Amino acid sequence: MSDFANITRVPWHSRGFLASQTAYVSLALLLLIVIVSLVAPVFLTFGNLSNVLTDFSYVAIVSLGSTIVIITGGIDLSVGSSMGLSAIITALLFQVLGASPLAAIPGAVMACSIIGGLCVGGFIGLCNGLLIARVGLTPFVTTLGMLSIVRGLCYAITGGQGVNIGGADSELFFRLTDGTLFGLPVPLIYVVLLGILMAIILHHTSRGRYVFAIGGNERAAELTGVPVTNIKTGVYVISGLSAAFAGILLAGWLGSVPANLADGYELRIIAASVIGGANLLGGVGGPLGAIVGAALIEVIRNGLVLAHVNTYWQDTFVGAIIIAAVFVDRLRSRRLGH
Amino acid sequence: MTLLDLVDVGKSYGAVQALSHVSVSIAPGEIVGLMGDNGAGKSTLVKIIAGVFRPSEGMVRFADKEVHFNHPIDARNVGIEVVHQDLALADNLTASANIFLGREMHRHLGPFRFLDHRGMERRSAEIFRELKSETRPTEIVRRMSGGQRQAVAIARTRLADARLILMDEPTAAISVRQIAEVLALIGRLRDSGIAVILISHRMPDVFDICDRVIVMRRGRVVANKPIAKTTPQEVTGLITGAVETA
Repeated sequence: MSDFANITRVPWHSRGFLASQTAYVSLALLLLIVIVSLVAPVFLTFGNLSNVLTDFSYVAIVSLGSTIVIITGGIDLSVGSSMGLSAIITALLFQVLGASPLAAIPGAVMACSIIGGLCVGGFIGLCNGLLIARVGLTPFVTTLGMLSIVRGLCYAITGGQGVNIGGADSELFFRLTDGTLFGLPVPLIYVVLLGILMAIILHHTSRGRYVFAIGGNERAAELTGVPVTNIKTGVYVISGLSAAFAGILLAGWLGSVPANLADGYELRIIAASVIGGANLLGGVGGPLGAIVGAALIEVIRNGLVLAHVNTYWQDTFVGAIIIAAVFVDRLRSRRLGH
Repeated sequence: MTLLDLVDVGKSYGAVQALSHVSVSIAPGEIVGLMGDNGAGKSTLVKIIAGVFRPSEGMVRFADKEVHFNHPIDARNVGIEVVHQDLALADNLTASANIFLGREMHRHLGPFRFLDHRGMERRSAEIFRELKSETRPTEIVRRMSGGQRQAVAIARTRLADARLILMDEPTAAISVRQIAEVLALIGRLRDSGIAVILISHRMPDVFDICDRVIVMRRGRVVANKPIAKTTPQEVTGLITGAVETA
């Protein structure tokens, strides 16, 4: 008979979700919202909240994808550039297909353009995935190179000019990407839906569990028959697709795609994942963390704007929060005895 | 019927001859101790049986058929399971998740397959009860003691219904109470007709549970005899080289 004579359960606040980084950051987010609302009550107005929720959605969506990559112990630095190129290709397809016979079919131009944009992101992800999982290159260097390659393509293809979205199906496109549903900005709804989908896949399917296993002990996963190469390739495709999706939404909000769309976004995206609890060593992370991390960064930025702080200080504050977040994570792990 | 047959197996890495002229037979239900000093070739031999390496020379037969393993999966598919020295566990997952890794139980909801968490946890708890282990299926492996981690690794082989289990130093990192239990468990495996090859440097354990002992030195088998026909002193001599062969 087994007995647990000298083992009691760890107190409720030191185990499970409540002991996780995500819980701490959620608490920090709530605190921050309270502070910002007190300092600048205009924060809580419908108009301002709509802006905040829209702005954070683009980063949050890509953070969902990048968190999955980080859980496997990898990283994808090319997401900002992928956002840009996907948006540019989508806009160009709108122009090209809008002048073709396809424009006669309602919705066809939009559907093809969006699919084209998503394929671009997926293809970039596939290239990353094959180089990292099949050839065995390190994720950091590979995606760093891809960042440059893709951003360069953005400028090369557009010649540095913006690409307008107009003509056939453009009104429908704007409603689907920049409209509102039940008063909520549409991008936010996509964040919630994709977050729920990601949670279901990560925690309730075998593939999702394999993502965590690869991050925890890749060799063990390989020995037990987990299809490591396929899954590692797949997570970069997902990251690329999430970047493409967010880039297309952003294009819908802007109406016109500049060559430098989402330039530098990769740092905010990865920061959101890490602040939210994804460990760069792999094995830990989740959709809630990605969303809370992105929200935290956006609330800080918005708070600074409303407090009339010089916008140049935004990056400094966000950087300080990143360091504070991993510092708190370290203290938390130490306290739990890891 | 012979379960495992190694015929003149050799393995070389460049200038190093890790194994030479190894011919060994294992019958179902036999517990064989594999002993030898560091560098004697024990790990290499086990890795060849487990499908991690291909032999440079010789042939491996399993259940009277010649086999060529290109990957550990091939060995697992014929019923050979390994409990590694470092236990090959994913620290960030629960005991139940580790036991079922690669062989998850599912529930079906329409066209979709979802993980059957409760089913897997229940089966894991059953196996832990059989092993008499103080391990909770829902606990994260990172927080477990060495003995509990060993239980999780052994539980995984119980799930796989293996015919031959290779154990690399199974009693090296567990508690005293559990050594007796792990040895008892290995004995129960014998009763089910499962063969076990045990790499161990712990003489008392080998003499306690094994039917036969194979001693290796410098890549060769220097002794292959029933435990009853040898002594700890002779085995020690064989390992160090004081006794040439036996």
